[in-house]
Amino acid sequence: MHIMEGYLPAGYCVAWGAICLPFLVAGYFSIKRMSKRNRKTIVLLAMAGAFIFVISSLKIPSVTGSCSHMTGTGLGAILFGPLPVSILGVIVLLFQAILLAHGGLTTLGANTFSMAIAGPFVSYGIYILCKRIHVNKRVGIFLAASIGDLFTYCVTAFQLALAYPSADGGVMASMIKFLAVYAPTQVPLAIVEGLLTVIIIIGLESFARPELEGVGFMKEGGDDE
Amino acid sequence: MSRNTKTVLVLSVIALVIVSFPLFALKGATFSGSDDAGSETVEEIEGGYTPWFTPVLEQLIGGEIPEEVESLLFCVQTGIGVGIIAFFFGRFVERSKWTKRLAGKPEDHVVDSSDTHDATDEAPR
Repeated sequence: MHIMEGYLPAGYCVAWGAICLPFLVAGYFSIKRMSKRNRKTIVLLAMAGAFIFVISSLKIPSVTGSCSHMTGTGLGAILFGPLPVSILGVIVLLFQAILLAHGGLTTLGANTFSMAIAGPFVSYGIYILCKRIHVNKRVGIFLAASIGDLFTYCVTAFQLALAYPSADGGVMASMIKFLAVYAPTQVPLAIVEGLLTVIIIIGLESFARPELEGVGFMKEGGDDE
Repeated sequence: MSRNTKTVLVLSVIALVIVSFPLFALKGATFSGSDDAGSETVEEIEGGYTPWFTPVLEQLIGGEIPEEVESLLFCVQTGIGVGIIAFFFGRFVERSKWTKRLAGKPEDHVVDSSDTHDATDEAPR
């Protein structure tokens, strides 16, 4: 989902950056509030950030003959809500843009919006929806992480299509072209991200109950199975 | 084997199969990055495109990052993440082991073992 350095016109770079700013500010304050309320949550936050670090560094072969990577943002969105994940995501994207020449500083705003804002918001929305309609908790986590991952790539396709509309067919035709590049490759990876997110949450439920209670993911003293 | 362990094992195997299947099924595929494919599509739509900005590191070293060095840097990224997760998970597992052990023992044993580990400080309230 990384739009490479210099691949978005300057106006779009600024616009996407401006759109991200309020989310990042809100994310910063939400982390501050969270750590003030319960310091234990910082450990979980660090782990969710580390999960994004690991997951987004793994280039995985897909059935289309291309490689892609997962985003890892679903875990944080499920545990803390989408806002804090915007900060975690931008840290990872900065690391990759500066040290790996992957993504870029000029495209940081667009990449932050797709990976650290849009994806986590969708993940969180799906997780809450599944909870409301009493879908099995683990199935809900799987769906939230998978669809959030896939949505991130759809947003990237939209961002590129908006900047580079096709000469015949405009933004929609271009969007279909970019989706064809990203989506089929991403589907199996999104499934893997869903599975890994469920695995890590099972691990946390087994060994980090006090922290999960601290962020409100599990009820204190209750059995959330 | 607990239900959770079984679930984790089954999910891990499925993930492993999905990840490794293309490598064996699509012999000779290049497995190039989809991010680069996105850039190529931009070039295709625009009829050629020259990026207007060069990545910072590439500017500093005056060229593309060598492939081997790039894989090193990706490993650094993975390593940082795995290190943090493994460190805290290790602490959580130890804590729950000690919490269970301390909860199941008479008080004099609790006092005896408290100096060997800091689990008592971190035990869930």
